[in-house]
This record gives sequence, C-alpha cells and structure tokens, in this order.
Amino acid sequence: MRRALLAAGIALATPAAAAPPARLIADISQNRIDIVYSFKGAELLVFGAIQYPRGQVPDERPDLAIVVRGPAEPITLRKKARVAGIWINTDSVRFETAPGFYAVATSAPIKRLVDERNAAIWEIGLDYLQLSPTASDGAQVAAFTRGLVDLRRRAGLWSEQEGRIGITQNILYQTRISIPSAVPVGAYTAEIYLIRRGRIIARTSTPITIGKSGFERWVYVAAQTNGLLYGLAAVALALLAGWGAGLVVRRT
Amino acid sequence: MTLYLPIAELSVNWLIIVGFGGLVGFLSGMFGVGGGFLTTPLLIFYGIPPAVAVASSATQITGASVSGALAYWRRGGVDLKMGGVLVAGGLIGAGAGSVVFRWLQELGQIDVTINLVYVVLLGTVGALMLRESVRTLRRTARGAPPKRLHAHNPFVAALPWRTRFYKSGLYISPLAPLLLGAVVGMLTVIMGVGGGFILVPAMIYLLGMSANAVVGTSLFQIVFVTAATTVLHSVESQAVDIVLAGLLLAGGVVGAQLGVRAAQRLAPAKLRLGLALIVLGVAVRLAVGLALTPAELFSVFTA
Repeated sequence: MRRALLAAGIALATPAAAAPPARLIADISQNRIDIVYSFKGAELLVFGAIQYPRGQVPDERPDLAIVVRGPAEPITLRKKARVAGIWINTDSVRFETAPGFYAVATSAPIKRLVDERNAAIWEIGLDYLQLSPTASDGAQVAAFTRGLVDLRRRAGLWSEQEGRIGITQNILYQTRISIPSAVPVGAYTAEIYLIRRGRIIARTSTPITIGKSGFERWVYVAAQTNGLLYGLAAVALALLAGWGAGLVVRRT
Repeated sequence: MTLYLPIAELSVNWLIIVGFGGLVGFLSGMFGVGGGFLTTPLLIFYGIPPAVAVASSATQITGASVSGALAYWRRGGVDLKMGGVLVAGGLIGAGAGSVVFRWLQELGQIDVTINLVYVVLLGTVGALMLRESVRTLRRTARGAPPKRLHAHNPFVAALPWRTRFYKSGLYISPLAPLLLGAVVGMLTVIMGVGGGFILVPAMIYLLGMSANAVVGTSLFQIVFVTAATTVLHSVESQAVDIVLAGLLLAGGVVGAQLGVRAAQRLAPAKLRLGLALIVLGVAVRLAVGLALTPAELFSVFTA
C-alpha cells in the first residue's frame, strides 16, 4: 500500500518530459514453475524490449534493473552466543516482511544505477529491502539484517547480480535468474525497471507462480488438510514395510 | 538421483537417504536398537529441517521395529501386560512431549535442548554399556561364569498397588513402568528416537525384568508409541515427510536383515561393546558440536 502511494506520488512529481515516455515490454521463459519429484531448481529467463517514443533509439546504453521476488513472510532470526561453554540462541529479532526469494539483476552497479530514494521505494538491491524489523536497537537491527542477508545469500535465496543484464542494440534485454530447489512456493513477480539518471522512467511486471504439482502437490495438500489421515497412512506404510520385510526373510 | 521431498521442501540425493536408512538399519539389526539416535542427527546434518527429521525418523522406527516385535511375539517374548502399561505411559509422555516441544520451539531452544539431552543420555548409557561389556569380556576371557544381573531398586519396590507381571517375572507397582514409558514417550516426540537404548537398560537394571521378555516388550512399546508420535506430528506440525520416511524404510528393512545376519557371527558381549563405542562416539561428536563455534551464528525460524 505504502509503495503504491509512493509510486503514485513519484508519477505525479515527475515533470512531463517533452517526449512521451518509453515503454517496457517483458516476458518470461516460464510463468509457472512446477515442483515435481525431479525438481532441482530452475533457471528463469527474463527478457523483453524497450519501446522508445517514435522509434528513436538513443545512442547511450539504457539502464535496467530486474527484480524477481517471492512471497514475504514474518520470520524470527536468532543468534547464538556462548553461555557456560556451549552455544545457545540468546538474541532474536523479528522481521515482519522477509521475502522468501529475492533476486535482482542490473545493467550496472546498483549505487551508480539508481539513487537512494528510488532504490528504497522500489526495493532495488539487498541493501534496500524493507524487512520491517520489530526491534528498536539500531545497531542490533543492522547486525541481524547483515546476518539474514548473508544466510539467505549463501542459500541462493537472495542474490544481487550487478551488470548481468544483456542488452542488444539498446533495445532488447535479457537476464537469467536461478532459483534453488529449496525455494518457497507461492506467487512471485518479475519487475523490470528502466532507469535514467538514477530515476525510474518506466516499469512493468509479470507474475510467476511456483507451486508443487502432481504427486508432490498431492502429498503436501494431504498433509496440510488432513493431518490425521496422512499420519495414519504414514504409519500404515511403515508397518507394511516392516512386516513385509520380516515375511520375506522368514520365507528365505 | 535427486528427489524433491514435498514436506521438507528441498531436493535430496535419494541414494544417500536410502544409504542412511541402510546403515542405521544394519546397526539396528545387529544391536537390536531402533537406531533413531543415529537417524535424526544424520538427517539434520544432511540439511533436512530438524522438525521434519524428528517426525519422519519416528515413522521409520515404527517400520524398523515391527518385524522384530512380530518375531518376538511369535516366540512368546512379549509381556502384554507390561507392554500395555508401557504404551499407556508412552502415550501420556508423547502428549506432554509435544507441548514441551512447541514451547521450546517458541523459545528458540529446541536444537540445543535436543543436543544436550542426547549428550547426557547417550554419554551415560554408552559409558555404562562400555563398562559392563568390558567386564563381561574380561570375565569370559578368564573363564569365569557370567554374573547374573538382577536388581531390586528400593524406589521401585516402595511404589504402591503392586501387581504381578508373569512373563517378566515381576511383582511390582505398575506406576514404575508407567513412568518409564512416559519418559521414553516424551523422548520419542522431542528427539525422534524409539528410546530402546534407554528402555532396555532401564527394564533390566531398574525394573529387574527377566531377560527373555525385555527386548520383545521394548519393541512392542516402541511400535505403538512411534506410530502414535507419527500421527501426533502429522496433526500438529505437518512435519512428517512420507517420501523421506519411505526412503529411510527402503534402506532400513534391507540393512536390518543384513545386520541380523552379521550379528549371529559375533559374541553378544562384543556386540554390546561395539554399540557402546558407537553410542559414545555420537555423544562425543554432539558434545564437541555444542562447544565449538558454530558455522552459522544465525538461524531462521518461521511462523
């Protein structure tokens, strides 16, 4: 909501340029990623074209940022410290809106690409994610935010790829976003920003759905909606396997 | 070789999981323990979320124990009355355990608690077994007859409402096995173990049960309590991964049969020595893990 209001504000504040604005056209290699038994992660190809007013392609290379993000959820981040010789969780910070997946690819280093205000509004770059921490101690929040970014980065769930958008003839653009196997399911979006002199001049977004399908979906739904029956089925499977093995051995 | 686990929500190499199941099954067939104390740490070490590892390992133990329990049943090695009391205690313990589990999870201390309890229990049981098996081995080396193990625990003898357990050769209060069952049931829920490594020594040394009914009755209790635990976890935390449990079972049932065959070629005291060393090894490894600076200082908890 806040983002939408800010966006509206920006749109109003932007003085109408002499020329009509450029438009972005975007597509994605897969709008739906199905997680089946053989899922090893996926690679999304985000691509498209910039439509310049009256077809006038500028000589300078356009600047772009592409953000793919997954559903945000509240998490608690805990930190271990040594107490009486052993390591236990002593401190925690809650983040109300931590995206389960966040990947940004840009055509240039983020600091040079977009000014701080726009980066913060559109959450372009890991430094500008709005995680909504609930603790009040600034130093503690900063340390925990660094810890979370580091953790998710190494898990491949959050990433920043500066200068990794391929641009052809200043019109076509494309980038690849890799998605690890331990990715949360849900509604994702790919957002594409066209940037000039640090400001967003055009943007578009495309939805992506990541969901379990087939047997994996069936199992997951059964576990969520009918826990009792699911548990009994698991017990039956175990009993059958154990009993069957015993039977085979007695015969031989 | 990769397989996506629908509940754990990650891809694993299924051969490795079947291998874990086989290894644990081999040891459980060889030593007559469920092997949950190995499965859970192995799965967590591999990267399975702890809650899923604990819940799915309980399912695997049901399968690993049932063929043994049936075999003892046919030979008359199950004391039904004693088993019934233990199961009743186990169900109470499992219910209480799931409350404790959730409470510790909210506090963020579940992992360290699991590890600490493992270190204390495995360390104690391993050390006791090591001492006992070394003594037995020395005695047989000297040619002396094995000493009869029998205990009359004053605490157990003081409990009221004594009743007779014929197959176990006991005249004691049912409160003692009820309490024992409850403690083990709690461990099953919290740590994903069958608890045989506690139940068997406790039945011998604390209750003083006759040896021919101990293992069968212990397996009987484990089958029922781990089955109840699986259902409990399924309803409460949806953490049972049926695919993961299936892979563990596939390896486990084969491994267990190989283990039983390997065990027949070894002296019981040597087997106990081997088990003692493995149990102590796991305890030491976990203790070191608690004391060393962890690779990850931060951990994420959702919900």
